[in-house]
Amino acid sequence: MNKFARQLLPFSSLLFIISLWTCLVPDTFLSFQNISNVLTRSAANGIMACGMTFIIITGGIDLSIGSMLAMTGMLASIVMLMLGGGTWTAICGGEFIAMPLWAMVIGTVAGMVFGGLCGLFNGICITRLKLAPFIVTLGSMSIFRGVSYVLNDGKPFAISAYTYLDTGKLLGIPVPLLLFAIALAGSGFLLKYTKFGRYAYAIGSNITTAFHAGINVNKILVGAYTFMGLLTGLAAMIYSSRASSAQPSAGLSLEMDVIAAVIIGGCSPAGGKGTMTGTLIGTLLISFLRNGLTLLNVSTNLQLIVIGFIIIFAVTADRLAVQGGKKENI
Amino acid sequence: MSNDRLDIQGLGKAFGTVQVLRDVNFRLRAGTVHAICGENGAGKSTLMKILAGNFPADSGQMFLEGRPYAPANPAEAIRAGIAMIYQELDLAEHLTVAENIFLGQERTASRWKFRLDNNAMTQETQELISRFGFPLTADAVIGDLSVAQAQMVEILKALHQNAKILVMDEPTSALSQTEAAQLFTIIHRFREEGLAIIYISHRMEEIMDLADEVSVLRDGEMVWHAPIGDCTVETIIRHMVGRELVDFYPKRNAKIGDVLFAVENLCDHEKIADVSFQVRRGEVVGLGGLVGAGRTEVANAIFGVSKHISGRITMQGKDLKIHSPADAIRARIAYLTEDRKRTGLCTALPCSWNITLPNLDHIGMARILSLKKELEQSRKEGERVHVRWASPEDAADTLSGGNQQKLLLARWLMAESDFLIFDEPTRGIDVGAKKDIYLLLNELAEAGKGLLVISSELPELFGVCDRILVMREGRLTANLQTKDTTPEDVMRHATI
Ligand SMILES: Nc1ncnc2c1ncn2[C@@H]1O[C@H](COP(=O)(O)OP(=O)(O)OP(=O)(O)O)[C@@H](O)[C@H]1O
Ligand SMILES: [Mg+2]
Repeated sequence: MNKFARQLLPFSSLLFIISLWTCLVPDTFLSFQNISNVLTRSAANGIMACGMTFIIITGGIDLSIGSMLAMTGMLASIVMLMLGGGTWTAICGGEFIAMPLWAMVIGTVAGMVFGGLCGLFNGICITRLKLAPFIVTLGSMSIFRGVSYVLNDGKPFAISAYTYLDTGKLLGIPVPLLLFAIALAGSGFLLKYTKFGRYAYAIGSNITTAFHAGINVNKILVGAYTFMGLLTGLAAMIYSSRASSAQPSAGLSLEMDVIAAVIIGGCSPAGGKGTMTGTLIGTLLISFLRNGLTLLNVSTNLQLIVIGFIIIFAVTADRLAVQGGKKENI
Repeated sequence: MSNDRLDIQGLGKAFGTVQVLRDVNFRLRAGTVHAICGENGAGKSTLMKILAGNFPADSGQMFLEGRPYAPANPAEAIRAGIAMIYQELDLAEHLTVAENIFLGQERTASRWKFRLDNNAMTQETQELISRFGFPLTADAVIGDLSVAQAQMVEILKALHQNAKILVMDEPTSALSQTEAAQLFTIIHRFREEGLAIIYISHRMEEIMDLADEVSVLRDGEMVWHAPIGDCTVETIIRHMVGRELVDFYPKRNAKIGDVLFAVENLCDHEKIADVSFQVRRGEVVGLGGLVGAGRTEVANAIFGVSKHISGRITMQGKDLKIHSPADAIRARIAYLTEDRKRTGLCTALPCSWNITLPNLDHIGMARILSLKKELEQSRKEGERVHVRWASPEDAADTLSGGNQQKLLLARWLMAESDFLIFDEPTRGIDVGAKKDIYLLLNELAEAGKGLLVISSELPELFGVCDRILVMREGRLTANLQTKDTTPEDVMRHATI
């Protein structure tokens, strides 16, 4: 089974969904406004899916990204508001604080740095304490969420002037979309054309072999989780910008959507397998699916059910497609 | 079809576009040992996997004791009485020896059918082990065992099934002669009990010793069949490779130079103590001993795999500080491990990636990988050791066992190290290709590199090494010039 054929399945599912919606709700679905909206809305999740692809390829998982998103968003807005001259009580009270541009820029960078630090924390716990990624990130998921609630007693921070990462445009392209494109291209390059990516595959495929081949396994793993954190930080800023505030409850169960996108895109949860193209397709598939269901007035609760079945279907189909060339018929 | 236990007629099998078996006919009589010989990739394991229900054939029929036989899965094959020892170790790493042996056929307590009777299983396993005199315990976890021990567990697991047909796909490739001899006594006993045994091996002496009949597969076709009385090693090889094979251990013209590599008082505070030796440029040094004598541990200690090492390691007189394989590779040491599945290959990744894995820096791809150049280079290295692949982009696990081994050789040749450790380099390699590997070893020695070859095959040690070190229970017991010693000598130092 060659690489091209492996992409074919998720890709044709994507085409199928798009044509289905085109038939069912032609006017609303196919409008430029709608498509552009869907793409822009999928950007933040897509950015995170890029990082998740690396982690799943190494055979790991990061459950903490939803909480991490909330926490880094909160922390970054504190930075912005403080730089804008707000006092702690004013910030917590949700008073309007005028933020200069430079404060917002620094705040955005700070968000990514905080995210990177969170990822670094995960990576170090996993490699130094020799714990399973599942366990470490299950723990940090709780820690990060707890911190976000504690910061302002469960209340959000208002950053009403911070809209550029939501509605801003550069050369006519929505900024979130542009960031997604950059993240995707960068990650794709890292994965395919650098040792970092190659070693991620090797570790996921056989970690002992990777070690014997002289790969610094811990360094690569810490790198992958840190990269995930950085991208989550960026996504957090897009989310905050969209809500004009940093919500402590942001990104609840977001990790599920991101992991689903990556898995639907053909990454193996057992590691060693996956591509960025697949992740892009997986992300778009989920977004378009949601969008069409919403246009058809299907409730979000029902959408959950549909998405769940799609995940199981996608992975089964992938398994069946591969079986032709596989040895055992387990 | 009177006493044919198994009759295979016109069997064919293709993987994708590659035709692996063509119109294979094969008959197995009860109470005989039938050897199947063939080069790497000839299709031996594929034929056996069809027999054991791993996948179906595309065409042809099989008859088991006269009745049509077409197993849908391994469980069905086991029920029909086929016991299989796979070429690649196939055990559950986290389970114990007893749990593995009883996997799929656990004993339950007499009153509560759902309750496993662990005591009975452990006890029965222990009896089985002591009956065959293997160095194992029933409650050891597989992950902690050496390859040889794991191989013994595979053997016990198959023997335990009361099978009608016992298939052994290179059961001795990881065993030393002593353990192999134990296995042969068992095989003889089973043959007398009327079992039919299929035996696959690349070790010709074993086949001449054991087999009653020999069949030869070449490129997926059964090209020859004869009773052992009509066979000589030469005729078998001629049918296998289609040409004569002369000078099995080729001469070497290496100039032995200065001391290149030395260890002094190497200890890992567990399995080995006080190991000291030197290897000169252009010299091939063998490391012999029984399974469990600590040979692999010496290699692990040198290469930075094991922790808490004490002792001195020097290269060209300079001290080396090695804390990980990465350090060792940087110091230009290469180490071909004995277990290609556990520590050698990333089986799901492309062959080319497997070859370049430790060499990316080295072939000038420190920052940005050039996939085209990588493919070219790995194709070149692969061809140097004659890997048989459809394409280097295929996953490593689509290659036959011997060809997987060649991938690893290609990897370490590409590394251009100064000092190379080869742990069982010809494990699972066919006779023709073995010679190619010996030629490669010579080439390396002639280029002034130092080689340490660990091997359980005494003829191989004597054929390729200038000097043989012998280990017993974690210590070096002898340092012998090959030309002044005999196999008996080596065995004596290994056992007493
Ligand atoms: N799953 C697979 N997909 C594609 N090709 C395969 C697969 N399994 C085996 N092959 C091919 O089938 C051929 C026969 O392989 P097989 O493992 O039967 O060889 P073998 O005779 O057992 O060799 P060896 O002595 O090296 O063990 C090889 O060329 C191999 O590449
Ligand atoms: Mg084989």
